[in-house]
Amino acid sequence: GDGTDPPAPERVLFPPTFSVSEIKNKQRRHFMFLRWKQQQRKEKLALKKKRRKEREALGDKAPPKAIPKTIENQRVYDETTVDPNDEEVAFDEATDEFAPYFNRQTVPKILITTSDRPRGRTVRFCEQLATVIPNSHVYYRRGLALKRIIPQCIARDFTDLIVINEDRKIPNGLVLSHLPDGPTAHFRMSSVRLRKEIKRKGKEPTEHVPEVILNNFTTRLGHSIGRMFAALFPHDPQFIGRQVATFHNQRDYIFFRFHRYIFKSEKKVGIQELGPRFTLKLRSLQKGTFDSKFGEYEWIHKRREMDTSRRKFHL
Amino acid sequence: TKTQNFCRNEYNLTGLCNRSSCPLANSQYATVREEKGRCYLYMKTIERAAFPRRLWERVLLSKNNEKALEEIDENLIYWPRFIRHKCKQRFTKITQYLIRIRKLTLKRQRKLVPLRRKIERRENRREEKALIAAQLDNAIEKELLERLKQDTYGDIYNFPIHAFDKALQQQDAESESESDAEREEEDEDEDEDVDKREFVEAEDSELSDFEDMDKLETSSEEEQEEEEEEEVEKKASRPKSKGKTPLKGPARRKRPYIEIEYEEETEPSTKTKAA
Repeated sequence: GDGTDPPAPERVLFPPTFSVSEIKNKQRRHFMFLRWKQQQRKEKLALKKKRRKEREALGDKAPPKAIPKTIENQRVYDETTVDPNDEEVAFDEATDEFAPYFNRQTVPKILITTSDRPRGRTVRFCEQLATVIPNSHVYYRRGLALKRIIPQCIARDFTDLIVINEDRKIPNGLVLSHLPDGPTAHFRMSSVRLRKEIKRKGKEPTEHVPEVILNNFTTRLGHSIGRMFAALFPHDPQFIGRQVATFHNQRDYIFFRFHRYIFKSEKKVGIQELGPRFTLKLRSLQKGTFDSKFGEYEWIHKRREMDTSRRKFHL
Repeated sequence: TKTQNFCRNEYNLTGLCNRSSCPLANSQYATVREEKGRCYLYMKTIERAAFPRRLWERVLLSKNNEKALEEIDENLIYWPRFIRHKCKQRFTKITQYLIRIRKLTLKRQRKLVPLRRKIERRENRREEKALIAAQLDNAIEKELLERLKQDTYGDIYNFPIHAFDKALQQQDAESESESDAEREEEDEDEDEDVDKREFVEAEDSELSDFEDMDKLETSSEEEQEEEEEEEVEKKASRPKSKGKTPLKGPARRKRPYIEIEYEEETEPSTKTKAA
């Protein structure tokens, strides 16, 4: 039959009840679809031009440009968003498990460990993490049950426990547990970059206590997780060291970065990335210390319920 | 050695398919099997060959190893040595693996949760998009500058006075329009240079000694910073913005002298550090 029709007229008129998908012949249907697409594009371009002309014609009186919609703009409003002046939240925070830390009564001491038989990457990652977090110790676990090491940790005055879970030689999970009976958060860890894989020509992090930046933890849940992270670092950062550890929450993914900064001038700062980087996604938050069977879960990520909307985030 | 077949019959004693260890081929046969953690001795004799239902006779063995072995012996008395021996061997092997099972269940069991490919892919994709949306570097820089403005760093950096200066400058700009025009000319250059020049001059008028000391300090500090800066990632570094001393010359030439009264700067109170 005939391959292509003669070139399409400027304005193709389709009968009103016609739809391109009703043509049975594949070739022809494809062709008609392309023509329809081109027409749509032309119309869109014409509309844009017209709008731009109108805007120029109006000059100063033109309405301000519309803000493009982003996922953050369109985010479903979460009723647990924390208002900075909320008294209830402030009261809660004064009495929760992190109060002693924030009142400067306790100094964080952190134990980092892995699941059984860690392989190369995980081991190196643990070491680097230990340099990033001051006052932390790495211990290897050879078949010891978590339930049994927790009382030992408490006895030796550790405040936090980090367990890095591993799968096929790469770390893929993180359990962060505040020790004297504090909440336990279980994360899924992804895109772990060791120090040598980060493109930079810099030095090692020093022993100074870094600052902490927590970005975008808006809801109640996010707030408590943010406090957990803050409790890992000693409360008095040494500004001489000019190092900063950042936990940035974006769409429920927490990005961790470790930088050294320099103020080049009043309005410009240069940052240089040292230290490992990884991203976390919260899977569950438990009230007490790590206990998978009897623990009381404050929050679990339920895929069916929580992943339905693209604009709904929980942290 | 020749390879041997496995016997599929569940009553087989050794597991291999031989003439001597086939339960079908021998009319007098015995095995040890375990069910739910208890061991039983199964026996088959020729008298019951006609009654398939009652063919295999079952005897419960005691839990005690030695006693069970004795029981096997007394049940299989007068039976061929081969069968007796193999039965006892099989019994010991069974008890050993039962012990192992019990020990393992006490230790932590590793539960393998399978990943779901679709979900993995979806999460990775969302993570990438979130990373792009996050614009981490910008966010961190903004946050650091915020903290600088809010004086969390105290007096480590000399910049805090600039913020003060800029505020003053804005006030002056509203009141004096002539100097506005002049300022705007220099504003074509970098913004900080204007501030810096102002700062340098004003200090010049009042406290010259102090300024020298300050300059010395800052220049040495900035020398160190300069070394590091070269290794730092490429940012559009404006050469003029580093040292204050080189600015002093041109500053005097261009800028008309503007008198600005300084109030005594009070000690910045210790601010709460963001956590």
